[in-house]
Amino acid sequence: MTQPADRMYSRTHEWALLAGDVVTVGITQFAQEQLGDVVFVELPAVGAAVAPGKAAGNIESVKAVSEVFSPVAGEVIEVNTALEGHPELINKEPFGEGWLMRVRVVAGAAAGLMDAAAYETFLAEEGH
Amino acid sequence: MSDTRSLREREKLIFEASSPGRVGYQLPTLDVPAADPAATIPAASLRGEIAELPEVSEVDVVRHFTRLSKWNYSVDEGLYPLGSCTMKYNPRINEEVVRLAGIAHLHPLQPVDLVQGALALMWELEQALIAVTGMARVTLQPAAGAHGELTGMLMIRKALQARGEHRKVVLIPDSAHGTNPATAVFAGFEVVEIASNEQGTLDLEPVRTHLDGGNVAALMATVPNTLGVFEPEIARLAGMLHEKGAFLYMDGANLNAFVGVAQPGKMGADALHINLHKTFSTPHGGGGPGAGPVAVSQALVPFLPVPTVEKSGDRFDLVHDHPATIGKVRGFYGNFGMLVRALAYIRSMGGAGLKAMTEGAVLNANYIRKSLEGIYNLKYTGPSLHEVVFDDSRQAEKGVHNIDIAKRLLDYGFHPPTMSFPLIVHGALMIEPTESEGIQELDAFIEAMKAIALEAEENPEMLHGAPYTTPVRRLDEVRAARQPVLRWQRPRE
Repeated sequence: MTQPADRMYSRTHEWALLAGDVVTVGITQFAQEQLGDVVFVELPAVGAAVAPGKAAGNIESVKAVSEVFSPVAGEVIEVNTALEGHPELINKEPFGEGWLMRVRVVAGAAAGLMDAAAYETFLAEEGH
Repeated sequence: MSDTRSLREREKLIFEASSPGRVGYQLPTLDVPAADPAATIPAASLRGEIAELPEVSEVDVVRHFTRLSKWNYSVDEGLYPLGSCTMKYNPRINEEVVRLAGIAHLHPLQPVDLVQGALALMWELEQALIAVTGMARVTLQPAAGAHGELTGMLMIRKALQARGEHRKVVLIPDSAHGTNPATAVFAGFEVVEIASNEQGTLDLEPVRTHLDGGNVAALMATVPNTLGVFEPEIARLAGMLHEKGAFLYMDGANLNAFVGVAQPGKMGADALHINLHKTFSTPHGGGGPGAGPVAVSQALVPFLPVPTVEKSGDRFDLVHDHPATIGKVRGFYGNFGMLVRALAYIRSMGGAGLKAMTEGAVLNANYIRKSLEGIYNLKYTGPSLHEVVFDDSRQAEKGVHNIDIAKRLLDYGFHPPTMSFPLIVHGALMIEPTESEGIQELDAFIEAMKAIALEAEENPEMLHGAPYTTPVRRLDEVRAARQPVLRWQRPRE
């Protein structure tokens, strides 16, 4: 499994792609494989405050409903409305068209996140 | 040539069986003047066109639903090992008792003087549940387990408010039933998830860390937990919570694992819901309604829903005068028929019988565990109580997943176990046989599970096509969830 090197990763299997003070958030290839076919996505409202460790939304698959955590703290400025009609985008392109939300953050937002190599090691240590 | 099987396979929707003008009733001749609906009913309440209800005769309806009923699978047909659901047999004596005329024909608005017997039943059931749980009092009102959870958490919130505290955080382990976090959020709390340790149980340290913040209202824990494993630290956890002014909510979904053997009251629980439709054998799963009484510690007694049933001398009363109550949580007195069935079960079992029930449930789960260990993987190996959680990791090496195993079980004539839960076990198969099963039924299930494991080795591709013998084959669950068709529509002509 190769993780894109342009972004950071959380221990709860979300990715964060930094561009200036805006961070795009999604779930990883590993996370979507574990979930199975996604059938419904509930995202926070634009303007909502999100923070690490606090549920920002839900992803429902045929197996279970799982909480999504924001890997960064900030304000939601955009959510991926395409997921409403096409939740399968998360399965098909978790690192691309299946992104979840964009968050405006303050400096140092990526503190505590892992780079691609560290996430790869983390997955291996977790026995995946 | 036709046979029953093919008939059953082609069963139409009742709407598709509709034939214009066919009816299943005879109305008498009108003996009052006909009224024009438009002149008597407000325009907003009048429909413009006839509702397209199916036009069928009585025999059409009876045959349709009788044929459909043959597709059903129930605990009256065989093992129903749905983990965490306690799908035990519902003894017929319960039904006999609840149909007694004096009970079946009760009206909830009858004066207290005329329903002394009904109140006595409720009072006796409360006493029985107090004896089982070791708690101070019980409300019988909630209509289901999750409703009981909400009732319990609202009492905890009210108790905190009475102390002038507005604590926001509820701690919930990652192995919890999904209703626990949903309940906490619905009751106005914020959920903080506590990770299980390597045994799948709770450690003291992460809980202590959160308690030091001072904002923790309660910990919600299932005992035994959803792995069917007892929480060894539960009494110490309760002590820690109480020391910091927080409460212990105990999810009693798994109460079948220790009735007559251990008491949540002694473990330090402050509120505990009891699923009468699980542990106490009232109908469950399409056969409801349920009943989710909540037992509370002395600290929560003032906040119980009203009315309570009180006894003085030989007389019973419905008492509303509890100033700190959270109010009513259900119309009238809960699902009374379920309360009667549960009491019938408790009285017919007796104390020793209830203890034997728990021992039987634990023995049966462990018999399955010993028989299938090594064939199916056991991620957490702590001692099992009333259920055992295997996973599909051995079979997954051949591309066979828990869904394939569950679907194949249908071909062997069994209801599948709970799947993909608890979430801390990937590919989970959670098996709870209950005490209802004799060794022959358990052996038949074990043989089926072994046969499927062998098929996974030798012919994994075949399992992806299962089930083969059911009226409909494997359904497209993904499409059904993404593009649900929720109502029938007349085909375009």
